[in-house]
Order: sequence, then C-alpha cells, then structure tokens
Amino acid sequence: MKFRQFFISRVLAWAITIWIGVTFIFFIPRMFPSDPVENMIGQITARSGTMAPEEKEALRVQLRQQFGLEGSLLSQYGKFLWEGLLQFKFGPSLMSFPTPVNEIIGRNLPYTMGLSLITTFIGWIIGNGIGLLAGFRKNARSSKILEGIAICIYPIPYFLVALIFQIIFAFVLGWFPIQTTILTGAGFGPWFSSVIQGSILPFFSLLLVGMGWQIISMKSLASTTAEEDYVLFARYRGLSEKTIGLSYVFRNSILTQITALAMSLGGAFSGSIMTEIIFGYPGVGTLIQSAIMQSDYNTILGCITISIVAVSTATLIVDIIYPFIDPRIRYA
Amino acid sequence: MKKFWKVANFRLKAGLIITAFFFIVGFIVYLFPHVDPFLYNSYPPKLGVSAEHWLGTTSMGQDILWQLIDAIHNSLTIGLIVATLGTVVGVFVGLLAGFAGGALDRVLTVVTDTFVVIPSLPILILMTSLMKGSSTVFLMALVLALFAWAWPSRQIRSMALTIKERDFIHTARFSGEGTFQIVATEILPYALTWSLSNFMNATLSAISSESSLAVLGLSPANLLSLGNMIQWARNRNAILAQQWLWIGSPIVATVILFIGLFLLITGYNDYLSMKRGR
Repeated sequence: MKFRQFFISRVLAWAITIWIGVTFIFFIPRMFPSDPVENMIGQITARSGTMAPEEKEALRVQLRQQFGLEGSLLSQYGKFLWEGLLQFKFGPSLMSFPTPVNEIIGRNLPYTMGLSLITTFIGWIIGNGIGLLAGFRKNARSSKILEGIAICIYPIPYFLVALIFQIIFAFVLGWFPIQTTILTGAGFGPWFSSVIQGSILPFFSLLLVGMGWQIISMKSLASTTAEEDYVLFARYRGLSEKTIGLSYVFRNSILTQITALAMSLGGAFSGSIMTEIIFGYPGVGTLIQSAIMQSDYNTILGCITISIVAVSTATLIVDIIYPFIDPRIRYA
Repeated sequence: MKKFWKVANFRLKAGLIITAFFFIVGFIVYLFPHVDPFLYNSYPPKLGVSAEHWLGTTSMGQDILWQLIDAIHNSLTIGLIVATLGTVVGVFVGLLAGFAGGALDRVLTVVTDTFVVIPSLPILILMTSLMKGSSTVFLMALVLALFAWAWPSRQIRSMALTIKERDFIHTARFSGEGTFQIVATEILPYALTWSLSNFMNATLSAISSESSLAVLGLSPANLLSLGNMIQWARNRNAILAQQWLWIGSPIVATVILFIGLFLLITGYNDYLSMKRGR
C-alpha cells in the first residue's frame, strides 16, 4: 500500500467518524420527548410570572430560531452541518447572552487541551519507562510492587482520583487551594503563576490514572518481548543488559504503545472534563457543567461537537505519524 | 472447582473473592429488612459509630451502612443490565458482520469503529442532560448501553473471521447444517468464553460512567447509586463538615469494587490464555 492510499483512507475514516458522531448528536435530542424550547419558556414564565399569549408566541419563535429548530428536519440538519461543524458557529450562549458559544469555548478549550495533552504525554513517557523496567526485570520485587500499584489505580474513574486528591491534599493537609482560581486581567505574570498553582492537583490526578494503563500494557509487552529468541541471542552475544533493554526490548515494544497513545487520547479528554469539574478548573468541563445547570443547550451542543472533533483529530495525527516511526512499515 | 482453584492465578482468585463479596452484600445482605435509607429523618442526624449504626448517620438522618448497601445493589444492577444489553447486541452485530461479509460487513464495521473511537462521555452528558428530571434507572441503563456494544462487537467480528475458515466449520457446513445452526452450536460457545471478559469490562465501565454522570448531577435523582451517594454527600458539605464516614465509605467501596472487577478481568484473561497453552 502506498502512503498516499493509507493517508487518504485514514482521513476518510476520520471524516466519517466525525460525521456519524455529529449526526448522532443532532438527531438524538430531536427524538427525545422533551422540547428544549418549551422547557426554556417554562423556566422564563416561572421566573417572570404571567406572560401574554402573543408575547409567549413571539418568544417561542425567537427561541426556535436561536436553537436552530425552525424549518424542516433536513434543512435544520444541513444548517447544523454547515454552520456548526464547518464553521463552529453554534449561535449565542443562553447563559451569557449574547456572547457567541464559539467565543466562550475558545476561551475554555486551551485549558482543557493543555491539561489533557500534557498529562497524556508525560504519563505516556513515565508510564512506558516504568512498564519497561517492570517487564524487563519481571521477577524483581520492585517490578511487582509497581505493577500492583498501577493495577490498583487504573480502574478507578478519573473524578474519584481527583476527589480523593482534593480531600487529602486540599482539605486535610491544606497544601493546595480547594478550587482553582485563575487571575485574568492582571497581566501575564500573575495569570501564569495562578495557572501553575491551580493546575498542580488536576495535573497529578490525571497523570496518575493515565500512567496506570501505560504501565500495565508496556509491562506485558516488554515481558513477552524479553522472551523472544533474538533477545536470548543478544544475551549470548554478551551485550550489556542496558543495551538489550534499550535497543532490543524497548524499541520493539514501544511501537505498539504509540497506537495505545492514540487510543488513550479520548479517555484523557473525558478524564480532563471530570477532573476540571471537581477542581473548578476553567476548561470545557466546567463550562459543560454550568451549561447543564442553566439548560444552555447551544453551549452543550457546541462543547460536545468540539470534543468529538478534537479527540478524532488528535487520534488521526498520531495514526498518521505512526508509519514514519515504525521502520517495518515502508511506503514506496 | 477444586482443580480450578488450584490452577487459577493470584489475580483471578483475589478478583473473585472481592467481587463475590460485593455481590453477596448487594444481592443477599440487601434482602434483610431495613428502613429505606433514601428517606430523610429516619434517625437522629450526624450520629457517630454505634452498634445500631455501624457507619453512623448522615446529616439528613439516614443510616450510612444501609445507604451504602442499597447503593452497591443499584450500581451493580445497572452495571449488569448495561453489560447484558451491550454483550448481546455486540455478539449479534459482530457475528453478523463477520459472517455476512461484503457491503453489510463494511457498513457495520464503520459504525462499530466510530462508536469505539467517539468519546462517549460528552454524548452521554448530552443525552442525560436532555432527560434531566424525567430520567429513570431503565432509561439510564439504555443510554449507557449505547456505548457498551461496540468493543465486544469488534472483537467478536475478528474472532468470527478466523473461526469461519476452521475445519470444523467446513465439516459442519458439508454435513448440511444451516448458517443459523452453525452460528448457534459451533460459534456461540467460542464467542461466549470471549464475551465473559467483555461482560465484566462493560459492567465496570457502566458503573464508572454512571458515577461520573452522577457527579454532574445527571444520574436519576431517585436512584441511590454509589455515584449519587458520593455526590449527595458532597452537596451536603460532608467534606467541609468532616463527616468522613459519609463521604468516605462510598469512595472506598467504589475503589475496592473497581479494583476487584479489574483483577477479575485481567486474571480471567491470563487464565484463558494459559488454558489455550500460550
């Protein structure tokens, strides 16, 4: 297979994934019995008392327009694909009217991307290092202890690790603030130091869970690779353990782990959303949370579309880089 | 059974013991008559540990131990419903794709792969936030099951592709068995051994997703699950008031349950590959 062929088929799969996902989130809400417009009108009338019928009707028309709920289903769908998916326009946010949703997401997304990407990469590097050591010397006591710790951390959901961290380090020990506060408007210096300070707990709780899986999977890869004939042969040749570990076991097992990296990005993004909510970190997660609380449907839809696009794109990038790293794959 | 215990590895044994403990608590101890721990003011609030209330009571006067037992029961039930739905649909779709081949296979594979790759949490958030207020346990299970079928389906499909070409399938076909009969009597037994590990995995991830949604306030408000128990304790400021038994017991229970299930899954996979002689 030529590289171009691989590239095109991979990009096609990426586009189809996003398309199916977005179609799904477009049609599912429309199949639900509850109507967001009627919900909104109910909330508004509950807040402002009685309303004249014609006022109500005008409000209904206006809201239908804002939610993109006018016209036939097909034209709504076309409009959603064209404006929402291709231009990231999701209309105004209803909780901070009339700021457009994409502007609010643009403010929050960098924090989420930064937190999830940095923790994933660092977790991947450290996790693979530990996994390699544990798999290569699998009978050492330290290896078993490290793997045991990884097994105990990996299955725990992100928010629970974050909550445990928050209770221990913020409430009981009081080393860190309970909620993240980011200083904006005071210049770069204070902003930067507040970001660092507020990111420490979310960072470590995400890192710990992300590392768990890499340790477990690298350990099992490395321990099977270490039993291959060529490793045995390298040992007979009198190569040092360090050389065998790095240029035989490591180089052969790390390739599979690159695919694991691509697979773990989606999980890291979801984990970041949950961790942000626990710590009040100003990313997409907290945005989704407040949008849910105030039934801001446009913002919810926007955040979710962006999440699907972001995760699929990150996975696509890792997948496309892969053949350049694996020397066994050569495209003529 | 005795032989199985002898051959089983440490993880499988530890996982079995922990999981069995939770199932006994959730489905047998649960049956003992007790005051509904969901009701407010059944007892005086904020009691400490005593012979009557082993874990004390909440600020709302509910018994924490029984609340925990009910939560374990409900969380396990949701997990099992989701895993059953996911496994049944997954095995069906996987076998269909693997055996039908051609255009049907391609379409099913694309849809399956999409559901494997798409981040499930955001979509679950969207769906449950639309059901907010009207959500029930059954609806919740259905929504979670939407993402539980894809992974088993993908695995069963690739398994079906290799089995399809084995000799005993050809033999069955030449001796006049129909496709349906072949799938039911020759393939399904294979698929089920595989699916057991998927089933446990789906149980774990369903409980995990439900508790994540609970933290967002998106789990049904009348459902006493592990996630909701943690969330309610947080909302009632159990952390600030240092009521560690109230906030701590569901956290510890969830952590141990997940470790137990995960040990069971990895132990079972190792056990299977050992049995296959690898």
